[in-house]
Amino acid sequence: MKRNLIVLAAFAATAAYAEPTARDVQQVLQRDFHPRGQATMERLAQDGVQRVCTETRDQPPAALAKQLEADQMKTIAFPSGSLMGDWKNGEKIAQSGRGSMWSDKPGAAAGGSCYNCHQLSPKELSHGTIGPSLLRFGKTRGNGADTQKYVYGKIYNAKAYNLCSQMPRLGHAGTLTEQQIKDLVALLLDPASPVNQ
Amino acid sequence: MRALVYGAATALALAAAPAAAQQSQFEKYQKMVAEGSPVELFELSGEELWKKKQGPRQASLEKCDLGKGPGVLKGAYAALPRYFKDVDRVMDLETRLLHCMTTLQGRTREEATKRLFGDANQPSEMEYLSAYVAGQSRGTKLAPGAAHPKEKEAYELGKTMFFYRTGAWDFSCASCHGEAGKRIRMSELPVLSEPKAARPLMATWPAYRVSNSTFVTMQWRINDCYRQMRTPEPNFGSETTVALITYLTVTAKGEAYRGPGTKR
Ligand code: HEC
Ligand code: HEC
Repeated sequence: MKRNLIVLAAFAATAAYAEPTARDVQQVLQRDFHPRGQATMERLAQDGVQRVCTETRDQPPAALAKQLEADQMKTIAFPSGSLMGDWKNGEKIAQSGRGSMWSDKPGAAAGGSCYNCHQLSPKELSHGTIGPSLLRFGKTRGNGADTQKYVYGKIYNAKAYNLCSQMPRLGHAGTLTEQQIKDLVALLLDPASPVNQ
Repeated sequence: MRALVYGAATALALAAAPAAAQQSQFEKYQKMVAEGSPVELFELSGEELWKKKQGPRQASLEKCDLGKGPGVLKGAYAALPRYFKDVDRVMDLETRLLHCMTTLQGRTREEATKRLFGDANQPSEMEYLSAYVAGQSRGTKLAPGAAHPKEKEAYELGKTMFFYRTGAWDFSCASCHGEAGKRIRMSELPVLSEPKAARPLMATWPAYRVSNSTFVTMQWRINDCYRQMRTPEPNFGSETTVALITYLTVTAKGEAYRGPGTKR
């Protein structure tokens, strides 16, 4: 809340000069960037989620957030059966920060950058803090069907649960495959995973 | 001092000599790097490049106007980015250097931008030149242009871009630089929209990066953060990159310049 006020105050102080409109910004971006490798120009166009989160500085009105989260939920194709893959693969995917960058080889296996933002296995000390710690996640939340579904969905499309989350939509963006997400579900929920020791 | 002059010669030789012949030179250079930050070597090599006659016109950059008049280097970097009447737009240091290469030296933009970002073995001309020019502003307070309408426009565009969520992973700059005390892996993430964090950091660019033994510039930093944002690549010297640099530098204004710095 306090941060909001500060942001608003900063706005008011410099509002003397017109901020560029949404259309101005898209024109500028289309002119000022070029496609490289797998990173195509379409990536600069904002979808509804990105637009609303930009315009509200990540504080969307509750009713709108609820509606857009429901739309995002529809993008998730939940596989049938168990959603728990192999936590050993999951650990590798969580470690890798590669994927979807212009410097990455198209088609090469991507990672989820999970350790960039989260604590997971207690053995990995070099972890980021943008997201909450997921240490002992399965131990505290259990690993029943509902929890599996939640974790699968959260990784596939984090915005279905929290519209302006800073966490990328790793399945929706095409970075991670169904099998990779299942392996990550296991990393978080399998009792044998280092996350739950 | 003797070591420094020797080092500068080594660095220049590295930029020019074929790979095989430079092996032993390279080892000596690595040793110097290990002994301390080689920022001064970059400044000295940059000075030689500044004075070197190059391009179809066989001209040096010594008459390049960085905002304080042709050839005036003292304090010029600390007053950038700023509006330049001759091109009717705002330019940062690198964009202006490129402008001088094409106008004074008669080089094509294509040739001059062939290799903008170097690596540990072979830094780029732009990196050497940035080090030299920036070094001539040590002690001068950062005072980027903020009065001309185009300078104000650049600031506003930069601020908008800073909070603009885009790319395959929905990031804005503020996704990683929006909250105090956060980290990506072990890298601390400064809240660059706040003067307190922006001032000491912006006052030390360009910089030598110890983690991969490279000298890096602000255009490189913006480029590499967009790479992590999973967007296409920003054009070097584009309005977007200059606007972001304007926004960040205005946020840091008043801080005494003390670079080129050394970063992790
Ligand atoms: C760029 C940062 C970032 C990356 C990368 C990231 N996350 Fe997150 N994650 C967050 C943030 C911030 C939150 C908290 C806000 C929210 O719930 O959306 C979060 C929340 C979560 C949650 C919900 C936690 C809870 O208590 O319910 C799970 C599970 C999760 N992340 C797993 C992952 C996994 C697995 C990966 C890698 C495939 C990953 N995250 C990658 C930032 C990130
Ligand atoms: C996905 C995360 C991420 C995003 C998004 C991001 N950055 Fe960064 N940024 C980093 C990391 C990591 C560093 C390096 C910190 C280090 O080296 O310790 C960094 C460093 C920087 C620095 C140098 C700070 C210093 O130490 O002097 C600047 C300036 C910067 N970023 C600007 C930007 C701008 C402008 C944008 C948006 C166009 C942006 N960043 C978007 C992760 C990000």
